[in-house]
Amino acid sequence: MPEPLLEIDGLTKRFGGVVASDDIVLAVPAGELHAIIGPNGAGKTTLIGQLTGEIAPDAGHVRFAGHDITALPAYQRTMLGLARSFQITSLFLDFTALDNVALAVQAHAGHSFRFWRDARRESELREPARAALARVGLGQRADVIVANLSHGEHRQLEIAMALATGPRMLLLDEPMAGMGPEESVRMVATLRELKQELTILLVEHDMEAVFALADRITVLVYGRVIASGAPDAIRANADVRQAYLGEQEAVTDG
Amino acid sequence: MLLLLEQCLNGLQLGLLLFLLAAGLTLVFGIMDLVNLAHGSLYMVGAYFAATFTALTGSFMAGAVLALAATLLVGMAVEVIAMRRLYGRDHLDHVLGTFGLILFFNELVRLVWGPAGLTVPLPAWLNTAVPILPGIYYPAYRIAIIAVALSVALFLYLVVMRTRVGMLIRAGASNREMVGALGINIQLLYTLVFGIGAALAGLAGLMQAPILTVSIGMGENILILAFVVIIIGGIGSIRGAFIASVFVGLVDTVGRAFLPELFKLVMSPAAASAAAPAVSSMLIYLLMAIVLVLRPEGLFPAPGR
Amino acid sequence: MTWHLSIRNLAAAALLAALALIPVYCHLTGNFFLLSLFTRIVILAMAAVSLNLIMGFGGMVSFGHAAYIGIGGYAVGILAHEGVTSGLVQWPLALAVSALFALVIGALSLRTRGVYFIMITLAFAQMIYYVGVGLSRYGGDDGLTIYRRSQFGGLVNLSNKTVFYYLCLGLLLATVYGIWRLVNSRFGMVIRGARSNERRMRAIGFPTFRYRLACFVISGTICGLAGVLLANHTDFVSPAMMHWTRSGDLIVMAVLGGMGSVLGPLFGAIAFLVFEEVLPILITLVGRPFLGRAAAHAGEYWQIVLGPMLLLVVLFARGGIDGMLASLRRA
Repeated sequence: MPEPLLEIDGLTKRFGGVVASDDIVLAVPAGELHAIIGPNGAGKTTLIGQLTGEIAPDAGHVRFAGHDITALPAYQRTMLGLARSFQITSLFLDFTALDNVALAVQAHAGHSFRFWRDARRESELREPARAALARVGLGQRADVIVANLSHGEHRQLEIAMALATGPRMLLLDEPMAGMGPEESVRMVATLRELKQELTILLVEHDMEAVFALADRITVLVYGRVIASGAPDAIRANADVRQAYLGEQEAVTDG
Repeated sequence: MLLLLEQCLNGLQLGLLLFLLAAGLTLVFGIMDLVNLAHGSLYMVGAYFAATFTALTGSFMAGAVLALAATLLVGMAVEVIAMRRLYGRDHLDHVLGTFGLILFFNELVRLVWGPAGLTVPLPAWLNTAVPILPGIYYPAYRIAIIAVALSVALFLYLVVMRTRVGMLIRAGASNREMVGALGINIQLLYTLVFGIGAALAGLAGLMQAPILTVSIGMGENILILAFVVIIIGGIGSIRGAFIASVFVGLVDTVGRAFLPELFKLVMSPAAASAAAPAVSSMLIYLLMAIVLVLRPEGLFPAPGR
Repeated sequence: MTWHLSIRNLAAAALLAALALIPVYCHLTGNFFLLSLFTRIVILAMAAVSLNLIMGFGGMVSFGHAAYIGIGGYAVGILAHEGVTSGLVQWPLALAVSALFALVIGALSLRTRGVYFIMITLAFAQMIYYVGVGLSRYGGDDGLTIYRRSQFGGLVNLSNKTVFYYLCLGLLLATVYGIWRLVNSRFGMVIRGARSNERRMRAIGFPTFRYRLACFVISGTICGLAGVLLANHTDFVSPAMMHWTRSGDLIVMAVLGGMGSVLGPLFGAIAFLVFEEVLPILITLVGRPFLGRAAAHAGEYWQIVLGPMLLLVVLFARGGIDGMLASLRRA
């Protein structure tokens, strides 16, 4: 069996007395869309933080594409092909959507100690940026200042930026947060398309989307993995229902 | 040996004065998130008031008390008129706005008191040397400064850590909106805190007045030292400010006193006397640089910062 | 990077044209004080523009940039004092030393952010000031007179005030153009992105520290060049050039003029230095009906007006002159 693209081994993180990640073990093979669900405070964002390099784990290892990236700084992980989107939108608000994505392209287009040529005229940067915007459905909004885009468009832009770095794997932290029903449908369609060429680790609360997209699901509660497997198995798992899905199902059934 | 002891005490005295300034700065920054460059101006104003009131009343003690009260009032007035409008803004706005206040205060002082420096005479009972150890004498006034500053430091600690007002201050530092939502009058709290900061600066100023010449621009020189203290000690941390102030005071004073001798051991007297003054003034900045390399957040940063 | 026809751009063009014609005016009227004033304005504008590179575009507020002016100036002064008056030796050396100081100070200071960064740059500048005061061999607090300006053989005679003015103006224009291109280049995008959202920049793969440091060094070096010019202009260097209030002046020029554009600080430098000359006279004039003869003295205290004015600009006209001009288009 080929080595999984992402391997998390015994990842542990404590903040004072709180155990945010409790000996997490997870493996994501290439091509899979793996969803992570769990109630608020389960430590999902802390997990993403340790995968992207913003938080240093207290124990455990992370391997990506055969490399041990546990201690690797954030900006170098992207170079290896691991891209992320932020839970709370983190964009360059005073620039246009195209500028934002072009910056992501620029990060992977050689060094930036170039002081003379107008970066906005470099087709080497602008063309891939436009392509990424088109993929997420923002092609028409390329020249709008990001501060003037809607929240849903911000979420789409987050994905476009992650795509522009030419990744092998996407870490998506609640991409559908705060989106209306129409926008969510569009995002699900985009993700379904991306699934075919990229490996995706998806943290989400939107259960419809999770069950529509995920190949496998892992459930985190209080920093611990309480279940991991195929969507049907997770849906049927008693512990999971009690801890998390129980309340959700009651709401959706009623 | 005697010289070393004397210099250490001088260093302690400088350090404690720096602490008074740094504590005020840290309080204001920690609670109102306000960078106040004009803090040094309040130090200067305290010194000038001391000079005037001492001359008017003929008594240093009366002059000191009046100066302290006056500086407190000036501080609160500045808060109400100017500082209030800066809360919540970019730090650069604070820097610019308070820089404008420095220019204003410097000119105002020059207008009112003239460009020449002032002196503040000490009363006879303080202007003596006291035996601190058998046969070793040290100026009584400097001991008084050390005593007063230590008492204030202790008082600050007790107030901030042990009283309800102190709890509000600490809570305000962690979560402004929450304290406001609890029904506490935030505006009043801020004016109070700023006033305390001003009073601390004024106290430092008036205590220094008899030792140094009271002059325009005295505030800025010591303000930058206070910044160095905060950087070394850690922003937001009063404990860090205390330890760092004493340390900085000692390094600066003892360093200046003994560096020429130290240099003479390794280089020619001519080179030593040329290099020593320059290097001694650099000492604390070198210290700051070392701290920055090893621990950029300061030696004792406040938790959560 | 297209050039729009707007009130602001017309004003800028008119200003540059006026600057180019100053020496002509001076020769016609015999008023050479104005030439001296504008030489100083042009030199300090260059420093303010380079400060704004890191401040307005990079979000790095340095309260210690006057130190680099001092370093550049002292390099020229010290070399001249030691008998080295060739500009071809002095100037590259001055730039190299400024760059080196900026590199070390930047490497240390950029480990911090926000208000910390401001304090640290202030502290380092103060340190350099005290070193200057301690240099008794080179005049210490009293400063150092420069008896011979930088020599360039037959190429250019810096002692000719008109020639010198045009040299400074030329260097200012080159700086403005260079920074304009830099700000729109890949490098500029990284700097501006890091200011906008550094966390994001690192997440997409930029090692931001090295770019910001490079920017800091570039800015410090240009200030060093300004110092070289200033030393030649005043034939004198002293620690006062490096006093932290001079750094404050530069920041004021940048903010007053407008931090959002490359040219903004030029507006600010002109406004600030003209103010410095004009405000005392204004105060005296306005004060005469109220204060009589004392009004002449009142003019000396012009900074009493500048101080609160600065606060008002910060509170109500944050975009500076440039911002106000730009908004005229929409008004």
